[in-house]
Amino acid sequence: MSHDHSLNPETMPNEPEKATEEGKNKFLGFWFFLGGETVLFACLFGTYIALRNSTAGGPTANELFGLELVFMMTILLLTSSLTSVYAMYHMKNNDFKKMQLWLGITAILGFTFLGLEIYEFTHYIVDYEFTFRSSAFGSAFYTLVGFHGGHVTFGLAWLIAIMIRNAKRGLNLYNAPKFYTWSLYWHFIDVIWVFIFTVVYLMGKVG
Amino acid sequence: MSTVASQKRGFGAVLWDYLTTVDHKKIAHLYLFGGGFFFLLGGLEAMIIRIQLAVPENDFVSAGFYNELLTMHGTTMIFLAAMPLLFALMNAVVPLQIGARDVAFPFLNSLGFWLFLFGGLILNLSWFLEGAPDAGWTAYAPLSVTSPGHGVDFYVIGLQIAGAGTLIAGINFLVTIINMRAPGMTYMRMPLFTWTTFVTSVLILFAFPALTIGLFLLMFDRMFGSAFFDVGLGGNSIIWQHLFWIFGHPEVYILILPAFGIFSEIFATFSRKRLFGYTAMVFATILIAFFGFMVWAHHMFTVGLGPVANSIFAIATMAIAVPTGIKIFNWLATMWGGRITINTSMLWALGFIPSFTIGGMTGVMVAAVVADYQYHDTYFVVAHFHYVIVGGVVFGILAGLHYWWPKMFGRVLHEGMGKLTFWTFFIGFHLTFFIQHFLGLMGMPRRYWVFLENQGLDTGNMISTIGAFFMAFGVVVMLINVVYTALKGEKAADDPWDGRTLEWTMASPPAEYNFKQAPLVRGLDPLWIEKTEGKGQLTPAEPLGDIHMPNASFLPFLMSLGLFIAGFGFIYQVDYDWAYILLFAGMAMTLGCMLIRSLKDDHGYHIPKDELEREAD
Repeated sequence: MSHDHSLNPETMPNEPEKATEEGKNKFLGFWFFLGGETVLFACLFGTYIALRNSTAGGPTANELFGLELVFMMTILLLTSSLTSVYAMYHMKNNDFKKMQLWLGITAILGFTFLGLEIYEFTHYIVDYEFTFRSSAFGSAFYTLVGFHGGHVTFGLAWLIAIMIRNAKRGLNLYNAPKFYTWSLYWHFIDVIWVFIFTVVYLMGKVG
Repeated sequence: MSTVASQKRGFGAVLWDYLTTVDHKKIAHLYLFGGGFFFLLGGLEAMIIRIQLAVPENDFVSAGFYNELLTMHGTTMIFLAAMPLLFALMNAVVPLQIGARDVAFPFLNSLGFWLFLFGGLILNLSWFLEGAPDAGWTAYAPLSVTSPGHGVDFYVIGLQIAGAGTLIAGINFLVTIINMRAPGMTYMRMPLFTWTTFVTSVLILFAFPALTIGLFLLMFDRMFGSAFFDVGLGGNSIIWQHLFWIFGHPEVYILILPAFGIFSEIFATFSRKRLFGYTAMVFATILIAFFGFMVWAHHMFTVGLGPVANSIFAIATMAIAVPTGIKIFNWLATMWGGRITINTSMLWALGFIPSFTIGGMTGVMVAAVVADYQYHDTYFVVAHFHYVIVGGVVFGILAGLHYWWPKMFGRVLHEGMGKLTFWTFFIGFHLTFFIQHFLGLMGMPRRYWVFLENQGLDTGNMISTIGAFFMAFGVVVMLINVVYTALKGEKAADDPWDGRTLEWTMASPPAEYNFKQAPLVRGLDPLWIEKTEGKGQLTPAEPLGDIHMPNASFLPFLMSLGLFIAGFGFIYQVDYDWAYILLFAGMAMTLGCMLIRSLKDDHGYHIPKDELEREAD
């Protein structure tokens, strides 16, 4: 009866991610999940703001941070958000190949970001002996930025999993919500980075 | 796949069914028995506490063991008993009340349960492995950071896993209530239990992440050498208190609001009247939830936040008495002029009103900052929160169990034994806790394992302990009642209480797909409307068709088991390198199961229309 033809790509509706009841539920449920994640990061930000001057004699934020590197990371991640929007645009036009292409570009940008972050952390640890254990500031910094980095890592693993899984069969109403919720997650990670850039790095330089 | 057929299967098949089920009605059973088990454990711990405090300078238990008991009693009762028991009722009832075939995410529903169960198991296995957590259920830093052994580690990991399950359950109910309502079931026609579940889920969503972060910070400090609470390296132990109470105070409303919903259903049903002030009740629920997020620092009046902060939090706290008062008066007005039936559910509801009002009144007392310096950390506070949690939440759960037991299990709980439970528990409860107000005012501090002779505390403590035995007796009778009902209980009619809401339109217990056809809801108390118009049943809102059902899955169990194994890895990697094997193997198991879930298509199955037609004959 009705349950099979809905997966036919020829009859794809305008918003394939919300065309089925499962899709609608996923869409709404994921927004709620992001609401919870917002509180999660808010608590980390609060903790960081409380401890950011507790350097226990170690290097301060002003001495550590170099805005050039962080600016590059910011550009990379913001661009990856834009490319994921292109991917969703092609999903809505039922153009699977272009969607995969833009998702691939998004993944490359994400990996580059992650690489720079790993470089940044190594730099702090090796050159400044600024570690997770050296002061309360260190603990708060690595926990907040590291939680974000963990989210990026998880998001990349998730993206590659669904890209490979669906590489051969194209879009349908069953996997469209999966791609779409992933893109919501990616935007969320990006928004969090904007706050990290402001609260951690910019305020670290001037505040 | 009718229920009759399922009862004939062997034990192994039933076990496998429950391990893999995604049916909200069976998950409700799991929550009930899981939560019930932990309720008994927490009760046992409470009895040992009361025996120790029966006489001055008692040595029934050691001081260290007493610390473990009081920590585990609080933690168990809040996280592993009260919440799961409420989830049992929510799972059993909410989809039925809104006319849905299941929750929005049946798979996640199952995952939420198994995470809770494995989290609870980790926490309680600490008894057998180097001792239980002993820093109080609030686990304040720096005590919790420096507490020796692994007790607090079990607290951190167990609550983290159980808390993830709770968050999942909260999101699930939110989406279910928003997206899955039957035609005509507008927001302002939802039964109050559904409303309170909805608002509670919002609280869970925004409160639990604060606990998650608090637990992570504590975990990092204890297991990975970070310095969040280590003053020597610039840390600040007050951060824990803030994070804990930003979660902890909404948690109180997470517990009490569903109980309010249960009582609202019971008062309306057994007074044969629609709920008085339905709109005000909904509004008051939302208002309580809203205020619930702005009062956390009233747990920290003596920390020294300063007079301005204390005053703001005191006023916000007192303001909560207003919507709560609206509710109390609405319940009274619901009964006013109604044709009241007094049975066990109704007795619990009636007992709740004075008990909870006393708890609310002492709540306003402790909200007064200046006076709170006297009450803080005394038995006055212990008495206050037991009046709220036992007199509100536990009464609510027991009332709800008696009310919905027929719908959950197809049998009615024995009324005689139910009333015996009520009277012994009710009297025992007031004996135990009323006197504790005065013990507190006389200066008896909480969490001390002994008190001295001839300081005016001897009689009060003895009375309190006697009361505890009455409560224990009531619980034992309740257990006998459950076993008796399962074996010989009276078979339940579809609508044993002359109900008003949708769950009473269906068989007891309902078919696995709940509604053969989605019902058409024409107003508040939809079944009552059809009864007053002489029809007595709901009009279907759709033609009979195939019903889409979710597949059962063993993955939620395996995912949770993976975290359970990884939890031991986290706890023991501090001492032993082999623990990393557990850590990585467990995490690999969980992430692997998540990957399988993501990659393997799961379209569910359909119950064909002709099979549904055959069942009707």
